[in-house]
Amino acid sequence: MRTIYLDHSATTPLDERVLEAMQPYFALYFANSKAVHRLGHEAEAAIEEARVTVARCLGCAPEEVVFTSGGTESDNLALRGPAQYARVHNRPFTLITSAVEHAAVGATARQLHDVLGVSLRILPVDRFGRVDPDDLRAALHNLPTDGIALVSLIYANNEIGTVNPIADLAAIAHEYGAYFHTDAVQSPGHLPLDVTAMGLDMLSLSSHKFYGPKGAGVLVLRQGVPYLSAQTGASHEDGRRAGTHNTPGIVGTAVALELACAARKETSAHLAALRQRLVEGVLSQIPDAELTGHPEERLPGHASFAFKDVLSSTLLMVLDQHGIAASSGSACKSGNEQPSAILEALGYGPAWTRGGLRLSLGHSITDDDITAVLDVLPEAVAAVRRLATLSHA
Amino acid sequence: MSGGVDSSVAAALLVEQGYDVVGMMLRLWSEDCGEGGSNRCCTPGQMADARRIAAQLGIPFYVIDTQEVFRGTVVQFFIDRYAAGDTPNPCLECNRLIRFEWLLQHALAIGADFLATGHYARVERAPNGTARLLKARDAAKDQSYVLSVLTQEKLQRALFPVGDYTKAEVRALAQARSLPVASKHDSQDLCFLADGDYRRFLRQHVPDAVRPGPILTRDGRELGTHSGLPNYTIGQRKGLGISYPEPLYVLGTDPVRNALIVGTADELGCSALLAGRVNWIAGAPPAPTFRAEIKIRYKARPAWGTVSAREDGTVAVRFDAPQRDITPGQGAVFYQGEVCLGGGIILRAGE
Repeated sequence: MRTIYLDHSATTPLDERVLEAMQPYFALYFANSKAVHRLGHEAEAAIEEARVTVARCLGCAPEEVVFTSGGTESDNLALRGPAQYARVHNRPFTLITSAVEHAAVGATARQLHDVLGVSLRILPVDRFGRVDPDDLRAALHNLPTDGIALVSLIYANNEIGTVNPIADLAAIAHEYGAYFHTDAVQSPGHLPLDVTAMGLDMLSLSSHKFYGPKGAGVLVLRQGVPYLSAQTGASHEDGRRAGTHNTPGIVGTAVALELACAARKETSAHLAALRQRLVEGVLSQIPDAELTGHPEERLPGHASFAFKDVLSSTLLMVLDQHGIAASSGSACKSGNEQPSAILEALGYGPAWTRGGLRLSLGHSITDDDITAVLDVLPEAVAAVRRLATLSHA
Repeated sequence: MSGGVDSSVAAALLVEQGYDVVGMMLRLWSEDCGEGGSNRCCTPGQMADARRIAAQLGIPFYVIDTQEVFRGTVVQFFIDRYAAGDTPNPCLECNRLIRFEWLLQHALAIGADFLATGHYARVERAPNGTARLLKARDAAKDQSYVLSVLTQEKLQRALFPVGDYTKAEVRALAQARSLPVASKHDSQDLCFLADGDYRRFLRQHVPDAVRPGPILTRDGRELGTHSGLPNYTIGQRKGLGISYPEPLYVLGTDPVRNALIVGTADELGCSALLAGRVNWIAGAPPAPTFRAEIKIRYKARPAWGTVSAREDGTVAVRFDAPQRDITPGQGAVFYQGEVCLGGGIILRAGE
């Protein structure tokens, strides 16, 4: 049975061209990029070339590209770096984020509040998961005059696909003298990523979300952003992120990002058409189903739903038995299913918040796959609803 | 799959027999669930064990969140029956409502034909499809008692691959396949307790059911004070804390007066019981009145007697010899030779 992989928002397969580019850097050009000897130069050259490529794709200067171990680390550095800087300079720090951030931002923000006493303001979102610019303005009012403020808002939501008007929100932050970071992990290959055009101070990427390798990512850190490294050690990445360079990962990141950006318009149009068919099919064939997130302002390959009286993990198990690999958007396979915090933040009631389904499309998905999913999903949902009634027996 | 030897070997045997096998684990509620908790029967370690075994066997593996329904049925039943003065057997209810209902329905929902477990019991299938539940080949490990709640329809869906082997053979089968040989809890355990201490659990969850009260003789003489009815078992001699010319035994309880009834050895024992919530695996008793061996606890020795199915659905049992520990709430399970006919829940000792 062929598996229809509809979990591209969780991770993507490595593009063969990326693998090929990475290959020499495991055993052949293996040396430490910081080494003085000539072997080290090969690695360093590859890393610096990758940095230039990434900078070109993202519209920033090469020295503003920091290579990390992935999206979670990038988010951690983006929040902790400015918070620690403010701390050592004795300046009050305010962090403004939203109720629907990825945990890499959400949990980090909460810990900074708990451990460093950072002032934390969490913005509400509308029914589609978008931040209202007026709410951001309100949160930016009355900031301490000598303080540093950072706004961190997700570009495209991983669970519900909604795209925030990130350039507008960044402009508002700047009006009030705040810095702006976005978790753009879901965006490459789907949305514009020019940090200059969008006016961003920091941006996080994770390479495996765009057909690159796992364990590699990028933090764009624009010049002038107050920052004290939260990963200390030697002076890698200009003292902004210590740790021996993951040369194959960095090389792969650059190639994958270049491919994603080059094919972006074509890919998004193709995926959006497939998604539209999928969404219309699901909503017309399945009762008590809702599209979650914004109907238009969303990732092109991202379809997410909430089904009333459905337990996601059971639905995913049934779909898996039919060869459909999907997700609820908030991964849990330990049988301890909690309601989705994102769906709760969107205002869904308890009958809906454990019934999320995310179908995220990618390169491998064809029109026939969409047909196959639409053949299976209605009966799968019905079967899981019958099971749900057992719990009230 | 629990990650233990029995369910692992069961899965391995089925894979070898050519079945298309899917592994499932029940995530059950236990007291110390939740964050950082270590539910005794589904800890992260056991989950990881089961996942590794499934990967080794090349089968998919899913964990089914059963916490809410298990808490609402089996655990609540346990609490309610103790509060009513019974000594319930939650394993019977778990097999009735969770394993062979909730889990079975999940298995059917993914297109399965059978639900296999690591229980020690056997199923004999007639050419016309009807199934009989037989004792395990290993008499010491036989678990047909806790499977006596299966209906004919459910038994037809059941496979017990290790029932044809002794425990020692199962361990050897595991070893030969490089599967873990460690044994997990046996089914008489109360898997939802944090520490195995059901008295502490009851004090915490049903404080009203564990109140001190009088210790009475049959004729109503008060001999002392007990510490709470669930702290005693029928037939118990030690720990009553009263001095009396002769050894005294717990004969029973009187939940209405919260009294513990005690008496001398010759008062102990009863030749009859009444059972309700009766399940006949064949759909009906073999005859309105029939001879059978009856087990009144999971680990009790079967005793001969005459079983009479009554009009109201209850069953009256008359034993050939008095039985010392007929305990309301436990199962009375009927056997003819190797065949488990079904059983009921003991309502009371006596006619």
